[in-house]
Amino acid sequence: MAASMKKHPMPEQDPAVRAHNFEEVALGYDEETAVAEAGRCLNCKVPQCRKGCPVQVNIPAFISKVKERDFDGAISIIKESNSLPAVCGRVCPQESQCEKHCVLGKKGEPVGIGRLERFAADWQMAKDEEITPMHFAPDAQKVAVIGAGPAGLTCAGALARKGYRVTIFEALHVAGGVLSYGIPEFRLPKDKVVRKEIANLEKMGVKIELDSVAGRLYTVDELMQEEGFDAVFVGTGAGLPRFMGIPGENLNGVYSANEFLTRCNLMKAYQFPKYATPIHVGKHVAVVGGGNVAMDAARTALRLGAEHVYIVYRRSMEEIPARAEEVHHAKEEGIDFRLLNNPVEVIGDEKGWVKALRCVRMALGEPDASGRRRPVPMEGSKFQLEVDTVIIAIGTGPNPIVASTTPGMDTNKRGNIIADEETGATTKEGVFAGGDIVTGAATVILAMGAGKKAAAAMDEYLKRKKEA
Amino acid sequence: MFRVLRKKELSPGVFDYDVEAPRVAKKALPGQFIVLRVNEEGERIPLTIADFAPEAGFVKIIFQVVGASTAALAAVAEGESILDFVGPLGQPSRIGSDMGTVVFIGGGIGVAPVYPIARAVHEAGNKVISILGAKTKDILILEEEMRSVSDEVIVTTDDGSYGVKGFVTTALQQLVERGEKIHQVTAIGPGIMMKSVADATRPLGIKTIVSLNPIMVDGTGMCGGCRVQVGDETKFACVDGPEFDGHLVDFAGLMSRGRMYREQEAEAKDHVCNIGLGR
Ligand SMILES: Cc1cc2nc3c(=O)[nH]c(=O)nc-3n(C[C@H](O)[C@H](O)[C@H](O)COP(=O)(O)OP(=O)(O)OC[C@H]3O[C@@H](n4cnc5c(N)ncnc54)[C@H](O)[C@@H]3O)c2cc1C
Ligand SMILES: Cc1cc2nc3c(=O)[nH]c(=O)nc-3n(C[C@H](O)[C@H](O)[C@H](O)COP(=O)(O)OP(=O)(O)OC[C@H]3O[C@@H](n4cnc5c(N)ncnc54)[C@H](O)[C@@H]3O)c2cc1C
Ligand code: SF4
Ligand code: FES
Repeated sequence: MAASMKKHPMPEQDPAVRAHNFEEVALGYDEETAVAEAGRCLNCKVPQCRKGCPVQVNIPAFISKVKERDFDGAISIIKESNSLPAVCGRVCPQESQCEKHCVLGKKGEPVGIGRLERFAADWQMAKDEEITPMHFAPDAQKVAVIGAGPAGLTCAGALARKGYRVTIFEALHVAGGVLSYGIPEFRLPKDKVVRKEIANLEKMGVKIELDSVAGRLYTVDELMQEEGFDAVFVGTGAGLPRFMGIPGENLNGVYSANEFLTRCNLMKAYQFPKYATPIHVGKHVAVVGGGNVAMDAARTALRLGAEHVYIVYRRSMEEIPARAEEVHHAKEEGIDFRLLNNPVEVIGDEKGWVKALRCVRMALGEPDASGRRRPVPMEGSKFQLEVDTVIIAIGTGPNPIVASTTPGMDTNKRGNIIADEETGATTKEGVFAGGDIVTGAATVILAMGAGKKAAAAMDEYLKRKKEA
Repeated sequence: MFRVLRKKELSPGVFDYDVEAPRVAKKALPGQFIVLRVNEEGERIPLTIADFAPEAGFVKIIFQVVGASTAALAAVAEGESILDFVGPLGQPSRIGSDMGTVVFIGGGIGVAPVYPIARAVHEAGNKVISILGAKTKDILILEEEMRSVSDEVIVTTDDGSYGVKGFVTTALQQLVERGEKIHQVTAIGPGIMMKSVADATRPLGIKTIVSLNPIMVDGTGMCGGCRVQVGDETKFACVDGPEFDGHLVDFAGLMSRGRMYREQEAEAKDHVCNIGLGR
């Protein structure tokens, strides 16, 4: 029987309804759909999909288990390589990873690998699995992890499982990194998924110290010399928002995407005034940028009550870096894409508030260093979008607090920590790093992969240290 | 959780808390601040470290009730706890033994952050002259403390109820006129006061440090909400500051951004009052 050419569609909230609530957009496969979708997999001898996965999940094996309705079996196969499948199934850019390489994709649609991964993970989460706390030896070595994002959480989990006493230091009042403060509830539910994963780590015995800004409260040297940690992992992410450097960027009504999303996700401004943090949305909103962050900001603005939301992006739909599904969802919800447009000035009113965004039209020229065609401004093409809020989502850089207080740990000229790709080892002995702080803003799965590799290398390092 | 060990009302609506936070107390330096969140629904608000006791393990904060979050904070009783208390944040003040004569100007609640800096500068062996400004005598705070760390203290009140009648700039002018050789001015208070001081010292070429208080969220450099224009650069007050060269700060922009949530702040304050948290 020939497999169907198309993925089983994902049940979703109606766009007209969901544009006004913060509930999850994609509802997840039910058992029957999951088993049917798993049935599309050809169980290839040389599975191409696996090569596309940055952590090489054994994809055909877990899909076979789903087909056999052995969901416990499926999730344990996934968890051999991926400790946060409920997150990855939801946020991985599958179309440029596993699903890109699936052979079915040549003639039709690839297997819905991400959807199946999510199904298996959710199935297990719904069961409230028992977590057995680790027993740590009295002389177990201690590891400090700085930053509770995907890189830090993965590293911490892997080391705790090996019997190390792990403490995570997190600057914010909530763990999770971007999973908590950046990616919105409607894409990644906090209580159902993120908090649960974190609670499981804690049940296992990982200590999480919130409200602890490393570099200020303790420097890396103090952690190792005074607080008794034998090794440190730095996973502080790419949290420093970039601005464009155009006139008017400091007007009222101009936000970085980080601030806008933090107010909403972390501080729950969407429940103002029950939650005390205010947010300004306005009627007409322009979001500058074309990545996941821009899509999240635009769709959040819509849900907060904006009437019209633009995405202003300087390249074309071809180059847009966001996950395909997010772009698709954003369009369905009515986000107005203004492509090949670049902002040149934010215009304010007499009271210091945004009243318009002046843009210039762009044309695509020769490919640039990134291999994408370079956008060049078209003469005499300036125009204005009348908006009262502008959200800048053009990228983030590394936060300098830890690097600047850690002598001996070198950074590159962009401020990213220099770390070995395979081991995460930095130029400072006993200090490892991974995730966005090393690579610059990337993806959840890459950050997790880096955390996992570093944990393995730290294990080796700590064993050697103990013997010495 | 961070317990309020001692609570005092310094003047109507101005409170002094010693908060149990041993890790922060050990690391705090003059000029730095903390960010706190009173409860689960609370906003993250920045407050200056007004004093710190590394041995006793507490940090002093002095705050004025101006809106919802400070009202919620004022409703915390002695012995009760604050949910989150993060710090020390920001760059510490630069303090040396060769600073010469430093004039500290504190306006209103701004005297609180001035105190630990003035003390450190005084202890380092420099001459300290302090100007304390208040609208009226009853709301002047920390006069005794400031006297103990200053070679000279001048009080100004807007209504003349105590000390010199006028603004802090009136007293500064008097110092200049009497020929006092001033090497540095540090001014902390309302934006308009810091602007007036900077405008007064600019033509005299006196180095002037101000401590800015823009709206903040995380306090760690992640949101950019605290950005201010300093010279031709945009700076993040929480990580690059809060102290900056007063002659380069765009005060108009700072004050305008400070008004961003005015309407919502009023709504939030009503909410706090309605549910009985406020005073
Ligand atoms: C809005 C948004 C949407 C995204 N969408 C996707 C998506 O759909 N798919 C995808 O794969 N990726 C997405 N990403 C990217 C992805 O989230 C990141 O690549 C990933 O989270 C990086 O993980 P990390 O652990 O390196 O850092 P982070 O997640 O940034 O975590 C770093 C943590 O370290 C803490 N920290 C920083 N400094 C200190 C300090 N001095 N002391 C203590 N703690 C500190 C921070 O508070 C934070 O909690 C998105 C990013 C954003 C912002
Ligand atoms: C680094 C720093 C240090 C600070 N130190 C102190 C301190 O030691 N003691 C103290 O009392 N306050 C201090 N502040 C100001 C304090 O953070 C604000 O008063 C507080 O956030 C107001 O919260 P609210 O919800 O009570 O009032 P809101 O309802 O938010 O505001 C009420 C009124 O206060 C004004 N306001 C709001 N935010 C600020 C602000 N950041 N600064 C000045 N006015 C503001 C608003 O314009 C509004 O009119 C500091 C601010 C910063 C950035
Ligand atoms: S982790 Fe990501 S790339 Fe790997 S199989 Fe799952 S969805 Fe695909
Ligand atoms: S308060 Fe968020 S960057 Fe300064």
